[in-house]
Amino acid sequence: MIYVRYILARLLHAVPVLIGVTLFSFLALQLVPGDPIRIMMHGRVSDAEAAEIYKNLGMDRSLPLQYLSFVAKAAVGNLGESIIQRQPVSDLILEKIGPTLWLLGVGTLLSVLIALPLALLAAANPDRPIDHVVRGLSMVGFAMPPFWIGLLLILGFGIGLGLLPISGYGTGFGGHLVHMILPGLTVSCFLAPILIQSLRASMLDVLAADHIEVARARGLPEWRILCKHVLRNALIPTLTVLAVNISWLVSGAVVVESVFALPGLGSLLIRSVGYRDYPLIQGLSLVFAAVVIVVNLVADLSYALVDRRVLRA
Amino acid sequence: MTYVSEVRSKSPSRALVAVVSEIGSWSVTLKLGVGLMAIIVVAALFAPWIAPFDPGLQDFDAILMPPDRIHWFGTDNLGRDIFSRVLFGARIDLTAGFIMTYVPMIYGVLIGAYAGYRGGLVDGAVTMVTDIAIAFPFLVMIIVVVAALGPGIHNIYISVFALAWTMYARLARAEMKVERAKDYVLAARVLGYPTRRIVFLHALPNTIGSSIVFSMSDFVLNILLLSGLSFIGLGIQPPIPEWGAMIAEGKEFILQAWWICTMPGLAVVVTGTALSLVGDGLARRLGTRHGGHR
Repeated sequence: MIYVRYILARLLHAVPVLIGVTLFSFLALQLVPGDPIRIMMHGRVSDAEAAEIYKNLGMDRSLPLQYLSFVAKAAVGNLGESIIQRQPVSDLILEKIGPTLWLLGVGTLLSVLIALPLALLAAANPDRPIDHVVRGLSMVGFAMPPFWIGLLLILGFGIGLGLLPISGYGTGFGGHLVHMILPGLTVSCFLAPILIQSLRASMLDVLAADHIEVARARGLPEWRILCKHVLRNALIPTLTVLAVNISWLVSGAVVVESVFALPGLGSLLIRSVGYRDYPLIQGLSLVFAAVVIVVNLVADLSYALVDRRVLRA
Repeated sequence: MTYVSEVRSKSPSRALVAVVSEIGSWSVTLKLGVGLMAIIVVAALFAPWIAPFDPGLQDFDAILMPPDRIHWFGTDNLGRDIFSRVLFGARIDLTAGFIMTYVPMIYGVLIGAYAGYRGGLVDGAVTMVTDIAIAFPFLVMIIVVVAALGPGIHNIYISVFALAWTMYARLARAEMKVERAKDYVLAARVLGYPTRRIVFLHALPNTIGSSIVFSMSDFVLNILLLSGLSFIGLGIQPPIPEWGAMIAEGKEFILQAWWICTMPGLAVVVTGTALSLVGDGLARRLGTRHGGHR
């Protein structure tokens, strides 16, 4: 019962965020200086045609009315029609969402696989050389531009060693997986440092806790303490850190997609900006924000499921 | 703080001693970071005197030359000297990164501190706005704004100014919530000082620590953001020697000339690492935990 109340409260909390996000996507179009239709059509449109397009898009109505109809349509999955490609925006997005989800998934998995052992190593030896090496590495990693790492990986693994595909999405599960290795590694180069930093801090907190002291006093070997007690307690903070950084991750994925020519939402966004395809830009920004909101919601809810103390707060 | 005022009244040699002992108390990371940053800033300031070539000079007798003793970082497809271009790029990226970080920080901290102190409706409104801003992928938001207003550094500034303050408002608000309950604030209240004076004069200096530490990560992120936007063609346009734009230009020639992409990227990495070192050192010096990332 208390859990149901928590879910409801959390959902209620998401409502103003959703309103703000839709308002932003909607208002961004109003920022366009001059006449967006003429800019989109590159001026190749007569007055009568422009008026027709305005009417079709409902842009002859007042702003609040336009916003309400935008939200009402978005709620049922209707994001309007792409001006350039003459297709529903939702179809275009669904078509391209696969590579993006793959990239986020593989990137996250690789980041965790890289970050967990390194953070554990650093936390187990605080202020010893290995700790400094790990922290130094994560600082350097954090400072590396994702698109630059991508290019270097392409140069090294793809072209130099000829081991891995350097662009495109492949076919079938295996094909997708192989094509995601280098992009995923690129993503993990900027996500893993953030994970390492927060994980190291939370592991140090756990190591200072009483039950670890007890385990030590009982004479448990250090590696068992680390693997059984510290690692298990570090998994939940890992999820939280990942959820907090999902918007950072999504942002990075946009650029990484363009480096590896992945036909995902990020490439679509960059292309639609080039064409000034405003309905598509609007729809994409909504979807990106929705991904972030949903991931955070799921993380919060699962967190509460694992750690009941959250419910009482 | 006390010895700063003492220093002023005494001889300059004492001041020197104070500065030396302050620097002596820094952690290794802080020393290393500040030293690196000083070198980079000096190199950027004196770029016109240090750079061996004009950054825009095209030499068609020296196209795609690998790094050697004349062209330290090699030359690009137009025969321009990459070392000189990286040096001039430092001016652009450092200036832009600085503006993108510290302008929003000023009003972000003020808004957050005020909201945290006042509570109530003001606080609720600020929290809601920051929650919304954080739910949005930052780069996507900026791409949307830049798509509407057009590419270029000025529109990047506008979108960053509109969005980036929220992180600082969050940090300052959280610290002010703690600070508000402390005795000295209560004392100031009892003395009947106006809210403005208590918040901005008394409490603010104590709530700014985590924002300063975070600003170092933010500086790195902003350089990455600017170079990323330039890389996808929405930021600074070639032939201006911005680091991300240079990497984008070199992308076409990555097979024949790895150095065109690699060198500006290394400049970003070294600068970013130096800033992270400063941030790490400051966190220890100021006794705050890391502000976290966007």
